[in-house]
Amino acid sequence: MGMFLMPSLGADMDEGTLLEWMVAPGDHVDKGDVVAVIDTAKSAIDVEVFESGVVAELLIEPGTLVPVGTPWARIDTEGAPAAGPAPEPEAAAEPEPVPAPVTEPEKRPAAAARLAPPIRHLIHQFGLRPGDVHGSGPDGQITRQDVLDAAGESKAEVAPAPAPAVPAPVSTPTAETSPARPRITPRARRLARERGVDLPGTAAADRVVTGADVPQRPPTKAPVDRTAAMRQATAALMARAAREIPHYYVVSTFDITDTLTWLREYNAQRKPRERVLPAVLFLRAAVLAAQEVPDLNGVWQEEFVASDGVDLGVAVATRSGGLVTPRIVGAQDLDLGGLMKHLADLVKRAKAGRLRASELQPGSITVSSLADSGPDLLYGVIYPPQVALVGVGAMGQRPWVVDGELAVRNTVTVTVSADHRATDGRTGARFLAALGKALTNPEEL
Amino acid sequence: MNETQARELVLAALADVAPEIDPDEFDPGTSLRDGADLDSMDFLAYVSAVSEAIDADIPEDDYDQLDSVDAAVTYLVARGSA
Repeated sequence: MGMFLMPSLGADMDEGTLLEWMVAPGDHVDKGDVVAVIDTAKSAIDVEVFESGVVAELLIEPGTLVPVGTPWARIDTEGAPAAGPAPEPEAAAEPEPVPAPVTEPEKRPAAAARLAPPIRHLIHQFGLRPGDVHGSGPDGQITRQDVLDAAGESKAEVAPAPAPAVPAPVSTPTAETSPARPRITPRARRLARERGVDLPGTAAADRVVTGADVPQRPPTKAPVDRTAAMRQATAALMARAAREIPHYYVVSTFDITDTLTWLREYNAQRKPRERVLPAVLFLRAAVLAAQEVPDLNGVWQEEFVASDGVDLGVAVATRSGGLVTPRIVGAQDLDLGGLMKHLADLVKRAKAGRLRASELQPGSITVSSLADSGPDLLYGVIYPPQVALVGVGAMGQRPWVVDGELAVRNTVTVTVSADHRATDGRTGARFLAALGKALTNPEEL
Repeated sequence: MNETQARELVLAALADVAPEIDPDEFDPGTSLRDGADLDSMDFLAYVSAVSEAIDADIPEDDYDQLDSVDAAVTYLVARGSA
């Protein structure tokens, strides 16, 4: 039985609201399937499952605000009875209290292990016994819906099965050690859920908790202003970067006239949808440079940790004026055409506010490129915990010396911002040289 | 292709790329790249959509002729495709 936790959503987001489940108990899921959609300050995010198996139980109701690391579903993994590996919760700041989930100790007898505790509770709640319920899941397993069917109630009218609160690990008292579990009426549970409040705790164990005991919901915050929330998320991350990372910068200008000519010929042989934008040349050159100078490709965790592949972060401006930096996982395996295709898809989804959780994990290095027109160069701020950011200025015609003569050439100025804790200027310079070499030898891109 | 068909086609391609543009309010003479804030990725997606709608190639050298709705309509009518 694997516990599926709310995954990390990138360094600048530590909570999200569950919008909807894409799966139901009993559904088979494969690793990488999108199982839920959550809403964050920055965008709606498709969340993929980390292991294959069968959905045993959904622990969180849509509409619930959950911090990173919250258990929110049980997955029955194939042939793996133990809990599967859970994603490391991001060094989450003190999580805010979760309003909705209702907590309650679990009894865990060794027998009847196949009956998930929430299901057992649910059966108990309806005054049924496991034998009364026909299991429709794999191997006759009883699902939540089976219980509801047996109880003759529609799902919507029923209190949710108890969900663990706040980030794991929560040590659940066993039947032997815990005091008597408070008895709680279904109505109290339902009210608690509707009001989004916690039920009174074990202090009320001496009597039945009824609807009258359920506190009123505390005043809620105004609806989230996406633009303001995004600003806040970026503010927090960039403030951390400025506080913690001693930046140094190295800058070079490259003559890319021949490269752009080469690209025109490359594109002339292709349909519009297959064409490659100049921006992708810079991405590809950055990937090659990151492989050649691995000291800038990784993360800082007390010390520098190099990444195996190049998970390339790409800064994307959203239509609402905010900024997201999703990553392209395994960018070293993509050629120009592959990178272009990936980038087009990523940018489209980023702008539409529909990224995947795996894309919002920290990359190993980020490229920030100003659009085709704009400032000459960009001194970027590094995205923690990365140690380098490549800033690409606007391409354009500028005076340039060719063979001792002044000429007009297409040039671009590239800046590397790097973390001085991890490397020195010499490393940044080597990186820039490698990037320039790749950029001016397009046949090798 | 007549002008009405061309305009419909161009607006459909644009709607896909920049859904925030309201064709009733939008000045069809506006530069899409400079005025409507389409970046190079948006513009390529828009050209791709037009190209696929007319089932014919649009070379990079012609891109500038699609930089406003009116210009694109003129371009498509002049090409006389489909």
